Amino acid sequence: MFHIHCPYCDEWREEEEFHPRGQAHIARPEDPAGCSDEQWGDYLFFRDNPRGIHHELWVHAVGCRKFFNVTRHTQSYEILETYRIGERPRFTRDNPDGVVASAPESLDDSDIATAAQEVRA
Amino acid sequence: MSEAIERARTFDAFPDEGIPLESPLAWSFEHVGCPAPGTHSRVMMRERQHDHLILRGGAIVLDEAVRAVLGLSLPARPLELSQGERASLQWLSPDEWLAVLPQGDAFRVETALRSALGDASVAFSDVSAGQTVIELTGDDQALRELLMKSVVYDVHPRHFAVGKGVTTVLAKTSVILRRPDERRWELVVRRSFADYVYRWLLDAGEEFAIGVERDVTAGETT
Ligand SMILES: [Zn+2]
Repeated sequence: MFHIHCPYCDEWREEEEFHPRGQAHIARPEDPAGCSDEQWGDYLFFRDNPRGIHHELWVHAVGCRKFFNVTRHTQSYEILETYRIGERPRFTRDNPDGVVASAPESLDDSDIATAAQEVRA
Repeated sequence: MSEAIERARTFDAFPDEGIPLESPLAWSFEHVGCPAPGTHSRVMMRERQHDHLILRGGAIVLDEAVRAVLGLSLPARPLELSQGERASLQWLSPDEWLAVLPQGDAFRVETALRSALGDASVAFSDVSAGQTVIELTGDDQALRELLMKSVVYDVHPRHFAVGKGVTTVLAKTSVILRRPDERRWELVVRRSFADYVYRWLLDAGEEFAIGVERDVTAGETT
């Protein structure tokens, strides 16, 4: 039993309902025609493979079928947070403990904080 | 408005009530069998033939039209199910709802919603032919144990209150599991998986002497 928090269903749900879909926050180049082959190739094919904190795209495949983001530690496999598309992660490589600045960047930070746990039953 | 309707190319999938419709479980009833309910049966299973309409769009855009046409407000919270006299509405995702309607009603509802919404950015799909409702009633404890063997979702009443509906995994296939009231559980299953789910439930329900009731009036809602 392994549960992941879906930020859209707003519930902890069984792992079996989810699928990972690779690295998150990959921005499509604004002007694809103006890209060099290398830039376009990087966008299409090349992905990070960090040791430590990694932002990933997951989908609640058997559920609400929405894509969302997961911050996961690739060494411990710990899921630090899940957050909606368009939101900013709280845990990053530069901020591995998820320290929230005194002035919150957005209203979504509290949502992210509630998701920053992992349950094993 | 009529332009919006034309643009969507709607058609009535159920034009004449005289045309008999084969339920997705017709083959299973014939070939797998229907154990008769007895006095020792702790779980009863029956199929409910309804129309199913998927509504997509923004909640604020849809809500007013849905209330005017169905007399139900759109469930705003995740996993919420509103049960009306004739129809039910279920939250499926932040921009998607399932309306379960009396049989033969989907086209009327779809047309009325399209007229009410005009050029708004919405989408409606009549999926009546693609899925069916299996209803389970009986002894609380037996129902819960049957579901615990079948779905990955926690069905304890503390976690699964009346008025909740989730899409989840049942024996490796996807189903919508819902609890419209205290005495019923409903499974919305894909047509192509209906036979599989039916057989699974018969097998899982054997220890509770599961019985299948068949003489249910098509389109009847409870
Ligand atoms: Zn979800």
